[in-house]
Amino acid sequence: MRLLSIRGFYYAVGRKKFFEFIVLSVFLLFFYLPLLHLFMLAFADRYEAPALFPQEWGFKWWDYVLSQDRLVSSIVMSFIIAVVTTLVSMVICIPAAYALARFSFPGRRIFFFSFLLSDAFPKMGLYVAIGIIFYKLQLIGTFLGVVIIHVLNSIMFMTWIPANAFRSIHRQQEEAARDAGAGPFRTFLSVTFPLALPGIIVAMLFTFLHSLEESQGTLLVGFPQIKTMTVEMYGIIMQYATTAGPVFSIILMIPTLLVLFLMRRYLSPDTIAKGFKMK
Amino acid sequence: MGERPVKLEIRNMTKLFKNNDGVRNVNLTVYEGEFLTLLGPSGCGKTTILRAIGGFVDVDEGDILIDGRSVVRLPPEKRPTAMVFQSYNLWSHMTIYDNLAFGLRIRKMPKKEIQERTRQMLELVKMSGVEKKYPAQLSGGQQQRVAIARALLLQPSVLLLDEPFSALDAKIRMQMREELKRIQQDLNITVVFVTHDQEEAMAISDRIVVMSKGVFEQIGTPTEVYDNPASRYVASFIGEMNFIEEPDGKVIAVRPEAISLVKGEGQGRLNGVIRTIMVLGHFAEINVDVDGRNFKVFQPRHISDTFAVNDRVSLTFDKYHVF
Repeated sequence: MRLLSIRGFYYAVGRKKFFEFIVLSVFLLFFYLPLLHLFMLAFADRYEAPALFPQEWGFKWWDYVLSQDRLVSSIVMSFIIAVVTTLVSMVICIPAAYALARFSFPGRRIFFFSFLLSDAFPKMGLYVAIGIIFYKLQLIGTFLGVVIIHVLNSIMFMTWIPANAFRSIHRQQEEAARDAGAGPFRTFLSVTFPLALPGIIVAMLFTFLHSLEESQGTLLVGFPQIKTMTVEMYGIIMQYATTAGPVFSIILMIPTLLVLFLMRRYLSPDTIAKGFKMK
Repeated sequence: MGERPVKLEIRNMTKLFKNNDGVRNVNLTVYEGEFLTLLGPSGCGKTTILRAIGGFVDVDEGDILIDGRSVVRLPPEKRPTAMVFQSYNLWSHMTIYDNLAFGLRIRKMPKKEIQERTRQMLELVKMSGVEKKYPAQLSGGQQQRVAIARALLLQPSVLLLDEPFSALDAKIRMQMREELKRIQQDLNITVVFVTHDQEEAMAISDRIVVMSKGVFEQIGTPTEVYDNPASRYVASFIGEMNFIEEPDGKVIAVRPEAISLVKGEGQGRLNGVIRTIMVLGHFAEINVDVDGRNFKVFQPRHISDTFAVNDRVSLTFDKYHVF
């Protein structure tokens, strides 16, 4: 018997398993093939389109990209913006999340859902409208303008996930702290916040990663003064050889993967699903 | 009892919720070192009163005094009370030691003293050596012990307990009840206890307040409440009771142990047939059918053993109440 026979495999694993295997293979192909292709191109010195493999391998474009000062500075800029965005968003959204979780007021649900609205419109249309306002407020081309755009994008994550985290804290735990002599603020800092921290960290991660990859709004509001990694990406795709793009996108992936790896213990499907529960 | 100093006083307190539940015009005095239980079914307002004392419910009207000082306008952190909740008392992100030390640190107690006191308190609740553990590593009963220890460490004027044992297994509940009583007597602290379990209330309390729908039905010692229920409601809520509706609208209530059985017919108040005899340890529960109505009778074993199912008996009431 041959070692690899499709019929043999079919009868060995059974019909159900066989089709599951095919679906999984197709899925993996769709999911990872572009990534593999990307990796391949990043290490190609010369590649012309119809060929399956690059004509010449090497690190030429890595040298090129890393020697460009503006690319390195855009990476720094991206990180500064992502950190500032995350902090500003926390300051604004976490109190709002707490209020949404703990106090009932008329229109609470509608308010809760209204955070979805910004995702209901095509983003570009929204940014053009915002751009007009920013132009009048002289925020175009400023760091503040870009941060505001990024914070706006983060509001849904930063309110929904922490709000659900706060809601899952039992009131008795807060009441017990008040009972033991802690004022409302101290209770929040030493009991409520630490207990909600896993949810808040998930929200922070989303905000941070979202800010790193945001390009449309940054391009419209910040260009040309504020250039982040993703904005530079546009320039590279248009200006340089096709193989410079892959190098840059791999560089873009590294911080994201790093953050995801370091925070993996907070990112279970369970915590994310709980974060988006609507009540 | 009037001789003892008053620890807690509630005057004309009213608290109504949007759905009109709540308590109206509550007056209550608790004496120093007393163990007072608020007893009633869920929704009767017992927890509302307790939470009002602790400061977790804003009252609509009336006053609450502890040690003669009005506390009704104070937030929970300023009141000389400590509360133990039904569950989720402990902060799961802190060790047991941090849980216990939390309130003492706020009071700026030196570290040495905190360590010493928490150690003593854990010993008192028989939980020595758990300082470094997290709440999730303890069983439900152990967590409640720690919660009681934490409340006691605050040295409250009044200790408030909101059904602290109701989430525990029956056996552990009995143990905890006994130990709480021991600690309360040892430290001579004033306790207001809330429960829906009449047996627990009878076992542990100096006085019981029987509540129904926001109203005090009766206040008295366990014996008073059991032997002389003030209303039909109290009679049915506390212990077992047989009720007989009389043609004139009156209701006669008899405890199962207050009924004597005599073989044969004629001599007693009612005649019936024994349907079941259940031996429950040192006594037996005998169910007697009287013209289609069931009477529950408790008899000591040496008497119950002389009867058999289907015996015709006559019932005499040694003691009864009329409502």
